[in-house]
Amino acid sequence: MKENEKGRRDFMGMALGACAAVGGVGALYAAKRTWDPLPSVKAAGFTTIDLSMAQENVLNVEKWRGKPIFILKKSADMKADDRDIVIGTDRYHVSIGLCTHLGCIPAYEKDQHKFKCACHGGEFDASGHQIFGPPPSPLEIPPFKIEGTKLVLGETGPEYQKMLDAGLTV
Amino acid sequence: MAHFEKANSLNEWLDQRLAINTLKRVLNTEYWIPKDINFLWAMGMVLAATFGMLVISGIFLLMYYKPDTNLAFDSVNYTIMSEVGYGWLWRHIHGVGASIVFLIIYIHMFTGIYYGSYKKGRELIWLSGMGLFVAFSAEAFSGYMLPWGQMSYWAGMVITNLFSGGSLEAYGLVEWIRGDYVPGDAFLTRFFMLHVLLLPLVIIGLIVLHFGTLRIPHVNNQEGAEIDFKEAADLWKAGKKKESKVIPFSPVFLSKDVFVMGVYFILFFYLVFYNFNFAMDPVNFDPADGLKTPAHIYPEWYFLWSYEILRPFGKDAGLIAFGIAQAALFFLPFIDRSPNVAPAHKRGLFQVWFWVLLIDMIALTALGKLPPTDPTFALLGKISAWTFLALGPILVVITMFEKKIEKGA
Repeated sequence: MKENEKGRRDFMGMALGACAAVGGVGALYAAKRTWDPLPSVKAAGFTTIDLSMAQENVLNVEKWRGKPIFILKKSADMKADDRDIVIGTDRYHVSIGLCTHLGCIPAYEKDQHKFKCACHGGEFDASGHQIFGPPPSPLEIPPFKIEGTKLVLGETGPEYQKMLDAGLTV
Repeated sequence: MAHFEKANSLNEWLDQRLAINTLKRVLNTEYWIPKDINFLWAMGMVLAATFGMLVISGIFLLMYYKPDTNLAFDSVNYTIMSEVGYGWLWRHIHGVGASIVFLIIYIHMFTGIYYGSYKKGRELIWLSGMGLFVAFSAEAFSGYMLPWGQMSYWAGMVITNLFSGGSLEAYGLVEWIRGDYVPGDAFLTRFFMLHVLLLPLVIIGLIVLHFGTLRIPHVNNQEGAEIDFKEAADLWKAGKKKESKVIPFSPVFLSKDVFVMGVYFILFFYLVFYNFNFAMDPVNFDPADGLKTPAHIYPEWYFLWSYEILRPFGKDAGLIAFGIAQAALFFLPFIDRSPNVAPAHKRGLFQVWFWVLLIDMIALTALGKLPPTDPTFALLGKISAWTFLALGPILVVITMFEKKIEKGA
């Protein structure tokens, strides 16, 4: 084989490699994007909840992005917490009702003022802090914005931003 | 082009073009199997046959199943079960087959461990087999999603939440896997694709590879004896069938395989017709509800042992333990340092190790089914999980000191 012929084959090899790399990266990116949530799914990610009807120590469960949302109006004897949403003189605990361990829905024990997850025995207090079992972090607070007595979930308001900055939720 | 003579028969015509006679010789009539193997070695063909049943019943189910969160539950529980003629039969074959295939896989695996069939020269047989186990697990899990009952939904929720461990959550990995904030339509359709197309293709490819890995090192035997296959095959071909240590795969060994398969299918269809309920979780007959968790979430029996290894630990540690449990058995050929290819009952401490492993996995399976609330059982679960994790390093140590078994001893 002549020298220049070897050079030509090397060039063809490199050209093939470069084309395959560009095509491969492109295909991987397209495949990644194909699996992203659809725009219609993302657009449906806002929910408005009216808090004025809530009763003390009664758990309301609403739905946002397919997930259960816990809304608990705290009674006077329940401890105040930085994670409470305060509207007027009322304090509310609002969180995504999925155990932070593996995502089961804890049940609210009215008398003991705590959430208990049957799946792996995790427990949270009425402010959503984990107090027993495998959950690694408190119940998450969904992004919210306060509008009067209404809560818009999916939108980041100043109160939520404050909690985020203080590291009270992720 | 090559030169072709006029063919006098279809066989000859095909042979000229496809070399089918050579293929038949290499794969069947001159593929030598040791005489000294028991019925446990038939499990491979039993598995292949069960996979065949799953494919065929799956094709019939596929014709009426609807991969849509609003329609899936009824398409299975109403259309297929009540409307489609003999739809119940395909579903029960598919359900029972999916469950029983794991029983046979476990028997097949433990046979391999007991007789040392993963050792030097046969590592690829073990690795491709473990690859099949993982592929079957993914296939079973994705199939479990499809009826979209309560257990389907929550199993999907719990298992995909594993990918929110550590800092993975920050990258939105869970939402990317689901294509939604919770398991929804996108989730169902992509698992449907995995279950009916991608994973079956992977499984078929791996089965071909698994068979291929057997061809050169040959099947192990009950004594782990090294056989000179060429010499033994020559004896057989010379008509000295008694003296030869081997028999051809087809038709001689296959007849035994077929007999075992016959017995197996009596059991299989007994289950399909009279006891299909064991493979059907009652919770999964409630339609999926994202706002209600079943009181106690547990996987099918064949995943319970690895589920129980995940359970006693915190989230991130649990994820790591679960990962180790899934991958640990892959390393068996490399952590067993013993020079012996021999059945466990001839290998001293290894025999103890084998039975501890088997009993520990049965204990994990039993404990995995129990609710996590009882502290005694939770403790037993923790001990069993640690035992499983400790068995790997223990194997390295005990096999390092294993003495070479002398031939004929």
